Amino acid sequence: MSYRNRELANLFVVAVITGLGFASVYIARQDVVSTGSLSYALFFFALYVTAHVIARVAVPQADPYLLPMAALLTAIGVTEIYRLDPDNAFRQGLWIVVGVAAFAGTLLALRHDYRRLESYKYLFGLTAVGLLFLPALPVIGERINGARLWVHVGGIQFQPGELAKIMLIVFLAGYLREKREVLAQGRLKDFGPLLAIWGAAMLVIVMTDDLGSALLYYGIFLAMLYVATARAWYAAAGLTLFLGGSALLYHFVPRVQERVSIWIDPWAHAHTSGYQITQSLYSIGNGGFSGKGFGKGVFATTNGHDLIPQLNTDFIYSALAQELGLVGSAALVLVYMLFCLRGFRIALLAQDGFSKLLAVGLTFGFALQTFIIVGGVLRLIPLTGITLPLVSYGGSSVVANFILLAGLLLVSHRANSLSQISMEGRS
Amino acid sequence: MNRQIARMAVVGVVLLAALIVGTTYWQAWAASGLADRQDNSIQQVVQFSVKRGKIYAADGKTVLADNVKQKVGGQTLYLRRYPQRGLAAHIVGYSTRVRSRAGLEASENDFLTGSNTNLSTFLDTEFDKLRGTTVEGNDLHLTLRPGAQAVALNALGGKCGAAVVLEPRTGRVLVSVSSPTYDPNLIERNYDLASKPRFGCPPLQNRATAGLYTPGSTFKVVTASAALDSREFTPSSTFNDPGYCIEYGTHVNNYDTSSPFGNVTLASAMQNSINSVFCNIGQALGGLRIVKQMKSFGFYSVPPLETPVNERAISGLYNNKGKLVDPKEESQIDAGRLAFGQGPETGEPRTTPLQLAMVAAAIANGGLVMRPYVVEKIIAPDGSEVTKTKPDTLGRAVSENTATEVRRMMEAVVSGGTGTAAQIPGISVAGKTGTAESGVAGRNTTSFVAFAPAGNPRVAVAVILERQSGTGGTTAAPIAKAIMEALIR
Repeated sequence: MSYRNRELANLFVVAVITGLGFASVYIARQDVVSTGSLSYALFFFALYVTAHVIARVAVPQADPYLLPMAALLTAIGVTEIYRLDPDNAFRQGLWIVVGVAAFAGTLLALRHDYRRLESYKYLFGLTAVGLLFLPALPVIGERINGARLWVHVGGIQFQPGELAKIMLIVFLAGYLREKREVLAQGRLKDFGPLLAIWGAAMLVIVMTDDLGSALLYYGIFLAMLYVATARAWYAAAGLTLFLGGSALLYHFVPRVQERVSIWIDPWAHAHTSGYQITQSLYSIGNGGFSGKGFGKGVFATTNGHDLIPQLNTDFIYSALAQELGLVGSAALVLVYMLFCLRGFRIALLAQDGFSKLLAVGLTFGFALQTFIIVGGVLRLIPLTGITLPLVSYGGSSVVANFILLAGLLLVSHRANSLSQISMEGRS
Repeated sequence: MNRQIARMAVVGVVLLAALIVGTTYWQAWAASGLADRQDNSIQQVVQFSVKRGKIYAADGKTVLADNVKQKVGGQTLYLRRYPQRGLAAHIVGYSTRVRSRAGLEASENDFLTGSNTNLSTFLDTEFDKLRGTTVEGNDLHLTLRPGAQAVALNALGGKCGAAVVLEPRTGRVLVSVSSPTYDPNLIERNYDLASKPRFGCPPLQNRATAGLYTPGSTFKVVTASAALDSREFTPSSTFNDPGYCIEYGTHVNNYDTSSPFGNVTLASAMQNSINSVFCNIGQALGGLRIVKQMKSFGFYSVPPLETPVNERAISGLYNNKGKLVDPKEESQIDAGRLAFGQGPETGEPRTTPLQLAMVAAAIANGGLVMRPYVVEKIIAPDGSEVTKTKPDTLGRAVSENTATEVRRMMEAVVSGGTGTAAQIPGISVAGKTGTAESGVAGRNTTSFVAFAPAGNPRVAVAVILERQSGTGGTTAAPIAKAIMEALIR
């Protein structure tokens, strides 16, 4: 079977799963939910078939599993968001349409050779830092839940950080490809521009109070630096620096202190700042082995108040864990794991440094973002609010992750086409 | 570069695998610990999604606790209503969202929510959950007689105190009221109003099982039991009453010192409640012997009842710091004063109305102490019986012979002594009055224990009142009489 036919077959499987998910929500919540919910599954299938057709045109040789897995993740996300609040699911559905459009646009625009992006690397780097600065600006910037992450222009809210993440990866891929030999020699002056842009990014993060993104960007940076230079001690030194820096931040930024003390003993703050995480853990614990079932979880108190703030964004994993149980949430994490393995496979197969670094950056960023938010929810690490890729409610995140997906497919298509040509050449 | 990429892939997989490990920890390892936490709002919702069992009075018709269905935040919740309001509030208790639970609603929660699991019911409820049917709890049928409860509450008239009636042969609690009572429906809606003290007494405490009172002369039933059971005394043993007795070199006076009784028998000392005689008996018997007698009536152990253990107090000697004292040596007890139900700061007798009723019931039951119980049976939603309480003996307090002798002396108290106010025409009543003076006017603790009919006792009652200016015979005895009449007639 060709790559694209395999993709289509996988999308059918996803459509069936999605249909069952919405049906189960409908059955559990008939009194709240209309039969219209069932049309969501159909709508989704149509949307992803469109994405599939575009992939068939633009990147016929690309990996056939990534798009169906992305479809599955968005479907799980929308099903849970729908179950929590149908209005939000409608909005999320619109954002997925926008995301698929961005996916199609990226594929069509870069289908001939995405590698020309490399020549614009500094533009990407500067734009990324500029985007990160936007929420810190007075009029348009907006603070939500303690972090300045949002920009508000003419009725539309978005998180520029999500797009900035991809631009930074493009910049790092280009820059590291060019400088990897000199960087590997370890002369301090070669690190100058890198550290400058990096420092600016860190400064922005301190200004916006967004710790989760700081960890994410830093992790992506270290991973890509390591892959580019093959110097493990860079990564080790980088990690040490990060831990040292965190210890410093701990003493000077009260918000960091608060986060850490909640992490160490959430029950000591159960009625104040630790409320969210303790209630979230109760939600996860209530799921047990097999979960309560879609639509049957408990997310409101006996007085009808919402149990967990930001349930459909930062804490969507604890909602899913309650309704799907250990079986379902482990399966969800496995989908992320498979997605990442396919991503790393693309990086391995890619034939030039820029493509390899780009694929590693995009894939590791995806994995690390998943780890930071779910690890925070599970109290493995201190909680910082970022979205669960493709599942959480939130437009900017969905659109950015579709662009990320397009990037991986572009790299994959090129790698597979080239290896086919070389094999044909040999035969 | 490929080696580095492969290593990063391993890092990525390890990070994500850690998430599965973390999830497994919370959902398998720590799940039951999380479910038991007090502030777990989900468990609260789960509990309130159960159609909680009803609670019925002994007539099987009077509903003491019922549910109203309410839709809250997409969940169907069953919230409690108490149609009889304050009638049995202290035994039934309450189950609310804000104040958790009290009374049987707390202690019988597992039965009421149907989570009393053996394997087959566990599987049934799991299947019910899969089918999406509402879990139904079991109904409680109590031993409380609603009519007599109402009479008792009415007779207490809001005064601070309590009344307990036991069925001597079985230990059934026929009446248990604590006054002032409260409306459990208000606990959630208006806690301040529900808990507001009336006549200076906070209403939420269950005085019948947790209120500790100095018994005064009702305690003479215990002393007399010890005296007769020791065979050192008989009802016709004679004493001289000078109007006082000498304890540690000082005079301990009778209730009324103006007219000493002179030469009297033990029986007439009981009938007229003469402290000096009991003082001498106590000194002769020794304090340890009296404490031993107390223990055989049930003092010094938590009275067995189905209500939560923190709503039941242990009767015994208490020091002025409120600590239970279990004396090991004679010198630790003021035997003379203990004999008539009083004591020094180092060890004063205190009893709950329930314990006092157990004393009366034991005498009425020929010396056998029965385990008091208030839950007659528990009925499953399908009508089958989950449990039925069988009467159970706690032990023998006195010999049958002693019980008969004490009963005769108590009959004389009502027929022609301090307890005449408890007389019921046509029925012989055995009783004993008590008045513990606090030294402040209007601050007496008065009490009355009785059982009837004396020859074939069907009820044993204890009434204790706080902040009284009268005596046990004038304040508590009429209340006991009203309650007994309601039950016997």
